[in-house]
Amino acid sequence: MTTELELRGITKRFPGVLACDGIDLTARRGEIHCIVGENGAGKTTLMSILYGLIPPDEGEILVRGEPVRFHSPLDAIRRGLGMVHQAFKLFPSLTVAENVIFREEPAKLGWIDRKRAVARVQELADAYGLAVDPTAVVEDLPVGVLQRVEILKALYRHASILILDEPTAVLTPQERDRLFDVMRRLRDSGRTILFITHKLAEVMSVADRITVLRNGKAVAELDPATTTPEEISRHMTGRDVEPVRAGAPTALGDVVLSVRSLTVRGAHSLPVVSDVSFDVRAGEVVGIAAVAGNGQTELIEAIAGLREIESGTVTLAGVDITHLDVAGRRRAGMSYIPEDRHRVGTAAAASVSENLLMGYQRTDRMRRGAWLRRRAVADHAGRLKDEFAIKVSGVDVAAGTLSGGNLQKVALAREMAHDAPLIIAEQPTRGVDIGAIEFIHTRLVAARDRGAAILLVSAELSEIQSLATRILVMFEGRIVAELDPDRVDEAEIGLHMTGGKVAGA
Amino acid sequence: MLAQLVDMSLWESVVRALIPVLLAAIGGLICERAGVFQISLEGMMLAGAFAAVAAAHVTGSALAAAAAAAVAGVLLSLVLAFGAVSRGGNAIVLGVAINILAVGLTSFLLPQLFGVRGSFQPEGGVRILRIAIPGLSDLPFIGPVLFNLSILGYAALLLVPATWLFLFRTQLGLRLRGVGERPLAAETLGVSSTVYRYAAVVASGVLAGLAGAQLALGNVGVFTEGISSGRGWIAVVAVMLGRAHPFGVLAACLLFGFTEAFGFRLQGQGYPVQITDALPFVVTLVALVIARKRFRRLLDLTASTV
Repeated sequence: MTTELELRGITKRFPGVLACDGIDLTARRGEIHCIVGENGAGKTTLMSILYGLIPPDEGEILVRGEPVRFHSPLDAIRRGLGMVHQAFKLFPSLTVAENVIFREEPAKLGWIDRKRAVARVQELADAYGLAVDPTAVVEDLPVGVLQRVEILKALYRHASILILDEPTAVLTPQERDRLFDVMRRLRDSGRTILFITHKLAEVMSVADRITVLRNGKAVAELDPATTTPEEISRHMTGRDVEPVRAGAPTALGDVVLSVRSLTVRGAHSLPVVSDVSFDVRAGEVVGIAAVAGNGQTELIEAIAGLREIESGTVTLAGVDITHLDVAGRRRAGMSYIPEDRHRVGTAAAASVSENLLMGYQRTDRMRRGAWLRRRAVADHAGRLKDEFAIKVSGVDVAAGTLSGGNLQKVALAREMAHDAPLIIAEQPTRGVDIGAIEFIHTRLVAARDRGAAILLVSAELSEIQSLATRILVMFEGRIVAELDPDRVDEAEIGLHMTGGKVAGA
Repeated sequence: MLAQLVDMSLWESVVRALIPVLLAAIGGLICERAGVFQISLEGMMLAGAFAAVAAAHVTGSALAAAAAAAVAGVLLSLVLAFGAVSRGGNAIVLGVAINILAVGLTSFLLPQLFGVRGSFQPEGGVRILRIAIPGLSDLPFIGPVLFNLSILGYAALLLVPATWLFLFRTQLGLRLRGVGERPLAAETLGVSSTVYRYAAVVASGVLAGLAGAQLALGNVGVFTEGISSGRGWIAVVAVMLGRAHPFGVLAACLLFGFTEAFGFRLQGQGYPVQITDALPFVVTLVALVIARKRFRRLLDLTASTV
């Protein structure tokens, strides 16, 4: 087999992050090459470089043996690359055929030859089993079909290398199987497919070859015939740092949060959380482990009151909060440290003091009638600043000027100071430095020991393992496993997270 | 009474009222399709009317007057294009500024150049050429209504199907619609949104300028301060009501043309001028409320693409 595409030593630095660290990758003509890795492993950055969206700092790209330099996606398209993005780049009000032929229209003197356009699209669709109606308007079509349109767009432009960026994330299992059929047909026609995913079952069923990325490096190239999901998972997650245990929890108390048969619909009205039930008791940390996009975000938003619940119930300290608004849920005893600390967790233009005040402004301690008690507000802010070691010159500076770790401490301090029975901590240490991580972990454990029920969501398995009393693994919107952190290793959790166990790969 | 109000000569005045609004609205719809929210039609129309009268006065030529109107519209449109497309400014703020600028500039230049206030009638009685099409103009009813128009009148009516053909049947039209809807996707495929948006805004400048020429030199041959008197705004609304579709926009313009003509007729019947003048705007408001959902959708679309 001949080499179609070669990447040599691709390196890309972003401020403070080495997104790609000397990645080598070779893809042959007529193969499905899977690129797997956790979030932040560098998959998307690598593909963006390959498609001319961002320039690499170092390294070179060879297409059919010829060194190329892409300044824009157009350059990449001209060299025979095609990319199906996670978020489709289609024109909603145009028809399928119009989307496919855009800028490469069959035309006479500027007039589009519509018959030829439709026929050509239909021909391509039939050749690769991509069932679409070329005359349908794109905004009326389901996501699965939109993806086929994106593939047709690439094929119409004579793409010989097709990049599919997590194409199955938006598909139903049936649509996914059809996509795999199409991919195999394309491969058999001599095209090269770069298939980006983090679902091991998919890798095992469709890959001809696997490259594993971790922390911006290509750590392994594997042959699916001789590897196992466990081995891939080990390469993906492989951490050599043993997590620090948080010490034995105190005795469990009453059920604080009870979720029953919760179903939530997301974009395209697909169920993103399906029939999820679990309890969190006082004095325990329940960790939810899942690869991004498996419903954990929507689950937390539904519990926090930020997303509509389709069916099921949520009970907090005996109160049915299913239909309460956020304020009602907070009154019932919920505090929430959101994943997005910049846009949800804090208000960037408000001062640190005002951010720490939020949620307390209606208490008599903080106000007299419609007026805030300035002294009380300042004392409150000063106390939390000291207690949570928020490094800031004064509490009157805008929160937006704080570093990620300090900003997270602001959100943490405000939420922890409620002494609420339930604390939802969503990715509480993402992007913060090691010192802040330790501090945040210590505070969460302290809250647990005083009897709070903590629901922790994290993409960091080490965090879940060191803090959680129980681990719930979510995959495709369902809880697929309940694990004891003392009895499993990361590889096994990772296997559940990527559906390796349920799909029986 | 109604039969008395609605007769053939009413329809003649409907078409007369319709033409300037339609010309400007077609410019607006092309911008809308390219993803630029064009609300400076009013100002460009006013500037066009002034430039047309000024050129007519100096040269005595209707052709020069129309050319000057188009140039005036283009100059103002370039302000919008540069600000909104090149510099990424807010098209609404820029549009408002252009409208205010046009009012100030024309009422400043009127006494400065011609030494009069309020209104100015150029020498020579220049008019946009009116052509009665032989044969067709003798047809009963539609003859006088449709085939005895100024050149710009025919142009406006022909532009409706022409714009439709351009948008939905040509390569450039397809790309323009793509740029308007998803500029980044279009860029990815090698279509420059800047080029298409500039072209659309400049085209709207030409059309709104010509609309001003028709307004000033189509029937009366005089420039009055604020002669556009809200017609550019009505064109903006017509683009929304017509969902930026050429035939939809034509229908919306017809509605307004009818309202204006009908208002004049009511004036003749002794109704107070304040009420009859307000009629087109009342209809605008009612139409906007009825079509609120569409209106909002278009606004969303515009907001997301500008």
